[in-house]
Amino acid sequence: MWRVGTVVALHDETATARTITLEVPDWPGHVSGQHVDVRATAQDGYSAVRSYSIASAPNPEGRVQITVERLLKGEVSSYLTQEVVVDDRLELRGPIGGWFVWRTQQAEPIQLVAGGSGIVPLMAMIRSRASAGGVAPFRLLYSVREPAAIFYRDELQAFSDHEHSVSLTYAYTRSAPKDWPRPPSRIDAALMANATWPSNLVPTCYVCGPTSFVESAAGLLSACGNSPDKIRTERFGPTGDRQ
Amino acid sequence: MTSDTYDYLDGNAAAGEMSKIFTMDVTVAEGQCAHCGATKRFAEAHLYMQCPGVVARCAVCEQVLLRLVSVRQRVFLDVRGLTYLSLDTAHLQDSSR
Repeated sequence: MWRVGTVVALHDETATARTITLEVPDWPGHVSGQHVDVRATAQDGYSAVRSYSIASAPNPEGRVQITVERLLKGEVSSYLTQEVVVDDRLELRGPIGGWFVWRTQQAEPIQLVAGGSGIVPLMAMIRSRASAGGVAPFRLLYSVREPAAIFYRDELQAFSDHEHSVSLTYAYTRSAPKDWPRPPSRIDAALMANATWPSNLVPTCYVCGPTSFVESAAGLLSACGNSPDKIRTERFGPTGDRQ
Repeated sequence: MTSDTYDYLDGNAAAGEMSKIFTMDVTVAEGQCAHCGATKRFAEAHLYMQCPGVVARCAVCEQVLLRLVSVRQRVFLDVRGLTYLSLDTAHLQDSSR
């Protein structure tokens, strides 16, 4: 079933990524981590469907946010990041997926591991925890190319600064801020062990990013002693234009 | 786009396509692989979407679990790679009355 959402706000997260806020009058509500299919239809009737993670926490207003990273040759992502304006309408199917979700009643420690735009569904979990007044201990390990590629930077910083909130570790893969203690490189076993919950606390781990990132990160989490049953993954691209 | 050797997604990425024909969210269902007998959530399957449709493969043995192809006004579903799917219906009690 497709619903029509109206674009009510646009916000650039980075030079190539934009958050689109949609108002969907009959939105049935969602759980953090779920995604939504977006159908864009051109004037000649050609249409294309892409799947995007929902970035916003569940809310009573029926508002749904997605953050779209513009992909090279991505016809839908180019449209969504460059052409859509406020008051435009988009068709949505969802919310979708009941596996890669965090529910506010979960009280166990939560380990989030994001690669690039894989932060989006994890941000929904962080926001959901905050809006529900949750106290589940959250840690986020966020791998990005460079500081300018960080999504939601100020909001994450605010969550990180706030007591009882989310503990935040960045891993820069290409260029790090000046004086950053760790040279730019991918997440390795040592960083995974230092920046994530000890496995004896039995955290539930959520890993989202490009397929190769997820493969590597899930393997490292497992090597740290986390049971595969406690590691949930969401991969995207290069095949599905998925974010 | 990238030269990744990994070219699959997770089974949860099929949720939108599957919602065309199933009323319940099949990605959270437990399914048994007909080839190796592994029992896992459908969301944990390896999903290939670059073909003319969707192919889900067992995360353990990589044999085909399910194929879903849409052609014009028709959907073809092949589930012979699954011995069974087991779905939790607890949340349906209210709506079925």
